[in-house]
Amino acid sequence: MVWVNAIVQGILLGGLYALFACGLSLMFGVMRVVNLAHGDFAVLATYLALAIITGLDVPVLWSALVVAPLFGMVGYLVQRFIIQRSLDVSPVTTLLVTFGLSIVIQNGLLEGLSANSQSLPSGSLASASFQVNSQLSIGYESVIVFAVAVVVLVCLQLFLSRARLGREVRAAADDQEAATIVGVNVRHVYGVTAAIAFATVALAGVAFGMYSSFNPAAGPQRLIFAFEAVVIGGVGSLWGTLAGGIILGLAQVLGSQVDTSFGVLAGHLVFLIVLALRPNGLIPARLS
Amino acid sequence: MIGANGAGKSTLLRTIAGLHRPVAGTIQLDGSDITHLPAHRRVAAGIVMVPEGRRLFPSLSLEENLKLGSTRSRSGAWDLDRVYQLFPWMAERRGGPTVHLSGGEQQAVAIGRALMANPRILLLDELSLGLAPAVVQRLYDMLPALLATGMSILLVEQDVTQALRVSDWAHCLLEGRIMLSGRPRDLASTEVEAAYFGLSKRAVGGGG
Repeated sequence: MVWVNAIVQGILLGGLYALFACGLSLMFGVMRVVNLAHGDFAVLATYLALAIITGLDVPVLWSALVVAPLFGMVGYLVQRFIIQRSLDVSPVTTLLVTFGLSIVIQNGLLEGLSANSQSLPSGSLASASFQVNSQLSIGYESVIVFAVAVVVLVCLQLFLSRARLGREVRAAADDQEAATIVGVNVRHVYGVTAAIAFATVALAGVAFGMYSSFNPAAGPQRLIFAFEAVVIGGVGSLWGTLAGGIILGLAQVLGSQVDTSFGVLAGHLVFLIVLALRPNGLIPARLS
Repeated sequence: MIGANGAGKSTLLRTIAGLHRPVAGTIQLDGSDITHLPAHRRVAAGIVMVPEGRRLFPSLSLEENLKLGSTRSRSGAWDLDRVYQLFPWMAERRGGPTVHLSGGEQQAVAIGRALMANPRILLLDELSLGLAPAVVQRLYDMLPALLATGMSILLVEQDVTQALRVSDWAHCLLEGRIMLSGRPRDLASTEVEAAYFGLSKRAVGGGG
């Protein structure tokens, strides 16, 4: 039963990783942007949620409803005014610029909010759980996070495959120039893509804050988890990202079942094995 | 627009479509200056290009490729039904990908995609590139019907005979400059040859 419990926790943790990684996957899939500040934006979102929760005295889930759309707007502006300009220069410049953003966010938070670890006061939600039987209980929090992750991925998939704007996103991802000459405003489409990615990052940031404590320097380590989920699943494939997240989550939880200090390392090892055997990931696919 | 490899034909077309900024001079459409209009908004103004190499979207279905053509469509007669009338085979394969289509079929989809925008000026870049002669012939046979709907076509082509056969007016480009212009029927083949290869008239006369 210990192992069943670990598997359930691992899958649920995978939902969080998938939610966190899908924005990274989307931005790379559509614009070939590797956003090195991805983890730091998540941390920024967590701090913002903390400010909203303590400032307005609202439950943690409400804060997500504010932070996600706000980050969507931030994402659009960051794409149009910062990342796009670096894309116009070269892909390497984009890496440097997002790396710079990462440093700016980390140090800005450090300067303004100190290096102390914080956690989101998630109230009664934190301890509430389904009691399946005497040995297996599943926390509401992690179920909610997993459900949000699946809903977000389904919505994203439907948007890309059905919506007119989603079609433009796929076209721009295929061939930027060809999209331009059929009348697609590629820069706007990139902005919208970044807006979606940032909104999901914000949700993931709030979810991370519910799971564990955080500090201004937490971003880069989380970014590694997102990278691993994306690479395990297959770059540019949303379902692959979900699968990658779940595999990573399972590896970490099962690993820590063997030895508490082995969890994160187990995740890295699975990542390396997949990279060695299936370098294109488990579900290599385009965005469709 | 005819000319040898590297004469600047495609560059000219891409500049008109808005993919390149001209170093000097202006681009005017019906007397209004569109030099600084972004490429995607030129589509709304009626300038639509069928690019060299077709450039269809591999992750989109055939019909999605066509629908994307109407992103900034002007009002007009062309829509999905009309394109399917023009190319009846497309309707049956509308949901499938375009990567499995033959080169000629892909070119037809690229033309259909451009028509969906209801262009006033259709820019065709190297229509015949990489296609079998019979296929090229069929695509060219379709052009008069398109012209009859009131649109203009600016055709870039290396195949001089084919291009001169269908056009009302021809320009020959050499190293970025127009060497010769006129109605195809008024142009002597030696004249065209000289302009095409950049030979002076005297050299052609002397050399035979």
